[in-house]
Amino acid sequence: MIFQSMQKEKFISLVSPAVPLPIENIDTDQIIPSRFLKATTREGFGDNLFRDWRYDGEGNAKPDFVLNDPGRQGKILVAGKNFGCGSSREHAAWALYDYGFRVVVSSFFADIFKGNALNNSLLPVQVSDDFLDKTWEMLSQNPDSPIRIDLENQRISLADGTSETFDINPYKKACLLNGYDDIDYLLSLKDQILAYERVRSY
Amino acid sequence: MHIIGPELGLTLPGMTIVCGDSHTSTHGAFGNVAFGIGTSEVEQVMATQCTLQHRPKRMKIEINGKLGKGVLSKDIILYVISRISSSGGNGHFVEYAGDTITALSMEARMTICNMSIEMGARGGLIAPDQTTFDYLRGRKFAPQGADFERAVADWKTLKTDDDAVFDQVHRFDAADIGPMITYGTNPGMGIRVTDRIPTLAELSDLSEHASFQKSLDYMDLRPGSSLLGKSVDYVFIGSCTNARIEDLRLVADFVKGKKKADNVEVWIIPGSKQVEKQAVEEGLDRVFREAGFELRGPGCSACLGMNEDKVPAGKYCVSTSNRNFEGRQGPGARTFLVSPLSAAAAAVTGQVTDVREMI
Repeated sequence: MIFQSMQKEKFISLVSPAVPLPIENIDTDQIIPSRFLKATTREGFGDNLFRDWRYDGEGNAKPDFVLNDPGRQGKILVAGKNFGCGSSREHAAWALYDYGFRVVVSSFFADIFKGNALNNSLLPVQVSDDFLDKTWEMLSQNPDSPIRIDLENQRISLADGTSETFDINPYKKACLLNGYDDIDYLLSLKDQILAYERVRSY
Repeated sequence: MHIIGPELGLTLPGMTIVCGDSHTSTHGAFGNVAFGIGTSEVEQVMATQCTLQHRPKRMKIEINGKLGKGVLSKDIILYVISRISSSGGNGHFVEYAGDTITALSMEARMTICNMSIEMGARGGLIAPDQTTFDYLRGRKFAPQGADFERAVADWKTLKTDDDAVFDQVHRFDAADIGPMITYGTNPGMGIRVTDRIPTLAELSDLSEHASFQKSLDYMDLRPGSSLLGKSVDYVFIGSCTNARIEDLRLVADFVKGKKKADNVEVWIIPGSKQVEKQAVEEGLDRVFREAGFELRGPGCSACLGMNEDKVPAGKYCVSTSNRNFEGRQGPGARTFLVSPLSAAAAAVTGQVTDVREMI
């Protein structure tokens, strides 16, 4: 089903508590280990998100891992710098999305992961090191403290009013706001493409 | 794909090559723009033959001088990544240049370009030259006869202008590079095999302390210690980084007449059916068998533990692959990345070894 264009959710703004994962260089093999990549649809990968950090060899939940803490829930993941390094596997973005995350906040994203996330309605929000530190501090003091993500104005705000703007490619922003992907976008231009092809001669 | 594309002459200079795999950068060794993309981008390419990309920043990595004994191209790239870090190339395409690079074979160049992604770069390339043309001549899908000569004339134009401007330039001296080994859980955590693992105090970036400690805990290693003599359980020679016929020949040449140590299991995995066939024709399989190495079916194998070739939890594996991430070779597996020659040395001694003492 890989080639089926998916109906995407629109992303305009989000207010949610966040899950802190203050580890740097989180690679795609941690996000979703390769032994779980054999499925051919995008759904179901959330069950194995951070599998080897989340469960022991017998499949028992590791109590120390943040996703197993019932007090830590939310649609925003806050992670250390160079998040998503490693493979081009889009499954990493699918797993995060399928688990329920809609935003990942970090001070640095690996290139391919960033593109994959944007193609799958998962918003990577790159913030300064200072802002990231403040976010962790806030989350350690108050786990329920919400973070606001305003895509329209490209702004991330903490509960105490601290906020920062973030960058996003204008085309990708439009895709997220409208809930369409590259293929949907191209199809929306079909008449223009056909008109252009009619005046070309090879 | 990264082994057979070049083998069949499908990978040619000047192409743009994309594939749903980050090690697509391998093909840059032929002087082309090759990079990994995600599934949605693959969909876009299949539908339109186009892909929407940002213009990357340009990085030049220049290495000059003569490589020491026992130092291979894998050591060059592990050294470079250890200097630049696993994210230092983010947002960039890399050109590898300098007389150390131009002296390398195509196979050795592919090993270098293959690991461009391990410093965060989308791709890496090397200007095509006589070595490239000689490699391609007569390959099944390469242009033939007069077409080939015409193609070469065109390929010769594919080099960087003398006055080209780069966003970043790094220069290294080949004499500073020794046989390398990684000690941590990202490919930037590498040292010369004779060096000690850094201590926390030696790390330049304070913010890295927690990740560094987590990584050493996973590997069960102590800061400031040496890896030399560390007992290993598995040796894996394979992957799109180091499973070409040249790699297998090198290993066979080294292990001829030697036996693997009793405490290690040694897997050698040809990168393709063609490599396997060639290995058998050249009698390399016999050399491996006599040394106690297990020649397994071609493919990715224990590079990423997707099939049954997995390293058990807690075991140490000296590996010629490209990633030492936690659990990469199996849940709980601990990986040391090295060159094929260093891997062969570890197979024979059963421990982390400075291969220079054996050649």
